[in-house]
Amino acid sequence: MNETPLLPIFSEGTDPGPSFLNLLRRVAPDSLQMPQGIPGQTLPFELAHGTTVLAIRCEGGVVMAGDRRATSGNSIANRRIEKLFAADEYSGVAIAGTAGLAIEMVRLFQVQLEHYEKIEGAALSLEGKANQLSQMVRANLPAAMQGLVVVPLFAGFDKRRDRGRVFSYDAVGGKYEEADFSANGSGAVHARNWIKASWSEGISADDAISISIRSLFAAADEDTATGGPDLVRGIYPLVAVINSEGFKFLDEADVAARSQLLLDGPERGGSA
Amino acid sequence: MSMPFYVSPEQVMKDRADYARKGIARGRSLVALECTEGIVMVAQNQSRTLYKISEVYDRIAFAGVGKYNEFQMLKIGGVRLADMKGFQYSREDVTANSLANAYAQTLGQVFTNEMKPYEVEILVAQVGATPEEPNELFHILYDGTLMDESDYTVLGGDAERIGDALENTFRPGLTLAEAIQIGAKSLADEGVTLGADQLEVAALERGRPRRAFRRVTGDELLGILS
Repeated sequence: MNETPLLPIFSEGTDPGPSFLNLLRRVAPDSLQMPQGIPGQTLPFELAHGTTVLAIRCEGGVVMAGDRRATSGNSIANRRIEKLFAADEYSGVAIAGTAGLAIEMVRLFQVQLEHYEKIEGAALSLEGKANQLSQMVRANLPAAMQGLVVVPLFAGFDKRRDRGRVFSYDAVGGKYEEADFSANGSGAVHARNWIKASWSEGISADDAISISIRSLFAAADEDTATGGPDLVRGIYPLVAVINSEGFKFLDEADVAARSQLLLDGPERGGSA
Repeated sequence: MSMPFYVSPEQVMKDRADYARKGIARGRSLVALECTEGIVMVAQNQSRTLYKISEVYDRIAFAGVGKYNEFQMLKIGGVRLADMKGFQYSREDVTANSLANAYAQTLGQVFTNEMKPYEVEILVAQVGATPEEPNELFHILYDGTLMDESDYTVLGGDAERIGDALENTFRPGLTLAEAIQIGAKSLADEGVTLGADQLEVAALERGRPRRAFRRVTGDELLGILS
């Protein structure tokens, strides 16, 4: 590196290329420091955990959604936490697991995608974005060994294939493309069952939104760590649609109205 | 052993400046104009893939004239600096002002310390978040000279002629389309009209969500220029 004080300019061989992560490793490794400890030893305190998130492929794109609860042991750590983020213009990422690390991972992922686009002059392919996220999850492995697991869900609109795609991950960064839908987090089993029962090829985005809200409700119904729609405080799940026009969050009022519909649905009389 | 000849510092600096100016004059010029929607940048550029104008951050753009590989390297340096700052502090803390200062420092150091100065002239532009917040146009020369300009600015070897043309045609409150037309006209030589295929046009538009930068291309540009 030459001695220019402010502008990071690199000599041949040390250039980090279009990767923001590599750039940080080179010039500010401190900001990437991951918790280091003895593998297998869990932390002596509880941290906030995000719970149920999901992604459903639909006609012309994908719908993503997440509940708003973070738990810390038996307590509710946050009632309004946001676990669904726009990764860039055409993709979204939803997180389950240790909230503190997950949110930081998303922030880094967002910059990584935008940085690549600005340096290269063209955005990464959807597959390329999914692989980048895989590497970030893998980099978190030492923390995962201590129980600080971060498992994201990634989905987006693939412009080259003209359709929505969903990717799920495991703690070692394994990336698995899902054919139709996926759910993640403590309430995922319940959400996934509900989606499985209602999903069919070619469903509209509107139907997928309804399914996502109902399946989150189903998850909240059975899993204490998943938050249902809170009509008292006006807290509703986050829902986003990603299609050829890009990533767009649903208005809170829209989600509220759709959540109200549950009041007249079969869930109301459910005693189980 | 031969002794090197003595050359006065004045002569060294003058030679370097002449060298840089000659290099810059070989390339085509670029103009940036303020308009109601934000800032418009127009460059004479035949290439559809090698850009002179680029996005740096949410409301900040970079433009360069002169030697492509040199201003491209500066652009990448700027994107890196901006993204690092935005990640480590917050998106709001990334400003054109600090970026322009970093560029000035770098160019100044290279000019005095290195064998060869950069043959570039660059612009760091920032659109205000609201119509009340002023736009910023920082024009930086090959030797690190930093100028804070308003209304419009011209980069390149032909700056004097283009500046004269703009002085007569520019007025505050231009629309985006008008600013592009005026910019394109000012870049053209006497009696020549530059077509859409000879121009690279980009804008920083205040009204866009978060990322204000966009390129004006294709049918849109054809429509504006016709």
